[in-house]
Amino acid sequence: MLAFAAIAILITMALALVRVIRGPTIYDRIMAVNVFDTKTVLMIAVIGFIVGRPEFIDVAIVYALINFIAIIAILRYFEYGDFSRGGRGRGVDDPEVKR
Amino acid sequence: MIIDILSWILVVIGSVLLVIGGIGMLRFPDFYSRLQAAGITDSLCSITILLGLTLHADSVPLAAKLLFTLLFLLLTAPVASHALAKAARHRKLRHWSPGGEDIL
Repeated sequence: MLAFAAIAILITMALALVRVIRGPTIYDRIMAVNVFDTKTVLMIAVIGFIVGRPEFIDVAIVYALINFIAIIAILRYFEYGDFSRGGRGRGVDDPEVKR
Repeated sequence: MIIDILSWILVVIGSVLLVIGGIGMLRFPDFYSRLQAAGITDSLCSITILLGLTLHADSVPLAAKLLFTLLFLLLTAPVASHALAKAARHRKLRHWSPGGEDIL
């Protein structure tokens, strides 16, 4: 049962990586990295239960926090051109340019 | 016994929905619809898998930690999705209309 969940999470992470490589806009890539990191949190919890060390859930909590802060920081940079709101106002010029 | 079966059902449902959401992330024609599929995997599958693991846990502190992780993911995943959609909208990322070609 938990091995089935681990395999399904691995498949989803692989699909998210395909979207990271393929995504025509930056926002596709940021979204796919967010999905990858959220599945990492689930994967750490599931693997902790599989190998019989459920203490790994502490690592999962910390990584969920780090993931959220990283996504918000990257989005602020791309939206405002700077990490604060009163920045240069120069973000990514055209979101559909393939990068 | 019933708790084991319930946890098994929740984890299996969560895993199937994960794969479905992942396939949707690849096949949708537009960024905003792919964001919807990703949001499904973030919030709904976290609920089912982490609740299934909570029912499977031995001790109360472990179940409390799992529920805290679930609560945090539930609070922050919608915020991240909204921030993504808002950022894309501010930079005028265009929508896909039916009959147009895919923005693949």
